[in-house]
Amino acid sequence: MADIELRNLSKHFGTLAAVDDIDLDVEGGEVVCLLGPSGCGKTTTLRMIAGLEDATAGDIFIAGSRVNDLAPRDRDIAMVFQFYALYPSLTVAENLAFPLHAERISEEEIERRVNEIAALLDLSHALGRVPGRLAEGEKQRVAVGRAVIRDPQCFLFDEPLSRLDIAVRQEMRGQIKQLLNGLHKATVIVTHDQIEALTIADRIAVMRDGIIEQVASPHDIFARPANVFVAGFIGTPQMNLIEANVIEADEDSATVDTLGQEVVLPLHAEVSLQGSVGRRNAPLTVGVRPRGLAPAPEPGPATISGRVDLIEPMGAETLIHLRIGEADLRVVTGRGHAARVGDTLHVAPTPGQVHLFDHDGVRIAS
Amino acid sequence: MARKRREIGKAGWRRTAVSTVISFIYFFPVLWIILTAFKSHTDALSTPPKFIFTPTLENFASVFARAYERGGAAVDTHFDLFFFNSIFIAGASVGVALVIGTVAAYGFSRWPLRGNETYLFIILTTRMLPPIIVIIPIFIMFRLSGLSGSYVGIILLYAAFNLPFTIWMMKSFFDEIPREVEDAARMDGSSEMKIFFRICLPQVKAGIAATAVFGLILTWNEFLFALLLTGRDTRTVPVAMAQTIGGDIGVRWGLLAAIETLFLIPVVIVTFLLQNQLLRGVTFGTIKR
Repeated sequence: MADIELRNLSKHFGTLAAVDDIDLDVEGGEVVCLLGPSGCGKTTTLRMIAGLEDATAGDIFIAGSRVNDLAPRDRDIAMVFQFYALYPSLTVAENLAFPLHAERISEEEIERRVNEIAALLDLSHALGRVPGRLAEGEKQRVAVGRAVIRDPQCFLFDEPLSRLDIAVRQEMRGQIKQLLNGLHKATVIVTHDQIEALTIADRIAVMRDGIIEQVASPHDIFARPANVFVAGFIGTPQMNLIEANVIEADEDSATVDTLGQEVVLPLHAEVSLQGSVGRRNAPLTVGVRPRGLAPAPEPGPATISGRVDLIEPMGAETLIHLRIGEADLRVVTGRGHAARVGDTLHVAPTPGQVHLFDHDGVRIAS
Repeated sequence: MARKRREIGKAGWRRTAVSTVISFIYFFPVLWIILTAFKSHTDALSTPPKFIFTPTLENFASVFARAYERGGAAVDTHFDLFFFNSIFIAGASVGVALVIGTVAAYGFSRWPLRGNETYLFIILTTRMLPPIIVIIPIFIMFRLSGLSGSYVGIILLYAAFNLPFTIWMMKSFFDEIPREVEDAARMDGSSEMKIFFRICLPQVKAGIAATAVFGLILTWNEFLFALLLTGRDTRTVPVAMAQTIGGDIGVRWGLLAAIETLFLIPVVIVTFLLQNQLLRGVTFGTIKR
């Protein structure tokens, strides 16, 4: 039995379905990230789990019992808010102790726990200060500390790192991951930052327009995106998604007509064009990540050719934009590759790097 | 880049001079009243006006006790009572308005009713009429209910006058504070009462101070309703001051100025005590959180 279960959960604001009939299980000790663009319903979902928002339909179970009608404080959950939501008039120590006051714990025990958490999160020096006098990173740690101090059934994080600058963010990401590993609780994290989701989560639920598009491990989400949206949303630089029509297909390869060129795509065990999707002229979307395209010296049956339109050095690698008709094809090459704007470049998909999606944008798998 | 910021107190002598002149022009009437309070009756009436004179405290003494006839014995004027009345009535009415108004504003801000904006607008409309229009009905209501001349009556009236303004102002302060903090408290097991008192109220302290000062000034200076609705024992200073005009030797400017000078002191004290909060109150929301 999962620690958090969402069953057919919906939330409507007037006629708008912010969350539309979603199901999700989060096991104890598991970290699930809700990832999606703004307005996809991820924060609304989190607030419904927290009890800050009423569900229009569906059920929420925490540790097996239905909590839809329980007040937030009776759900045995703790939440870290995007803007930290520290109590501005209370000191750090009082902020940390605040959740404990509702639990009838002795003053000595409260003090002991506050000191323990403060030591864990490196806040001992700041206990007497008010939140207004803390650095962003410290505020974040107080917010996390206030959530973990009570030892609840599960944790919710709403965009926990979005307010930090990049250096602090990377450090905090590691700290949060370490902390969550140690706590071993069911955790839901809302984020729009895929790096955050990919690094912290055990599983990622990609959301769009109130529905969950795919729930899978970070690796699976990246390696086997369920549809065109997930494929385009996860991974930087973004996956190339190009329209194509099948010319002919067998087990190892598919010849397609794309961008006005005839290209032989290498297939692998996971992708095959059997049945109706492989018939002649069947429409497809071909997805290849920019790192899955390799420059070839000569044009051949497996290459696509285009004019170099823009070169973006990224340090270890270089991102090259190829223009083919109206389309823009992104290719990541090694730093040493000497391309110049205006050159014609031939690239071939590396075997195992080709994703195919059918007419409806759903992944084609064997 | 923005212009280099000047340190506080380093505005340069030119700016300082200009602002000194402007301040002096604005402050001059007040200054003149304070000077007049220390002048003898003859000095106060002299033309051209005297800037150099021998200061006297006789005006201040005669605020509280003076002879009403030439050569008569000094009689208690009860001005100490009137000062007490002004302070008590202003303080109590602003207090009542703040208590009701703050709670109402929190309600309007956090638990909006169906047609919330309409309610707020209706509350505001009560202050759209010039007060003199409602004075006759209010006078009759006070006579019929026996509130006329009582502390309760005038305090209720002033509280009612201050309430719309208090609600509107406090609502904007509550609107400004992030709801996330309240949600956090809710999840941490706080009751709604605790959220209001421990989380929300401390955050709008500056707003309460600013609202209180505006309310106090409004009530402190009110004359018309006080004139009609207070009795001998509940009379406020503005009314009592007006009643000292006249008598055997014409208008006693020195006496009036002395009353006014005394009348200014509480305002100055309150404003001074609350100035930090007041400044934060009026600049609320303009600062990035």
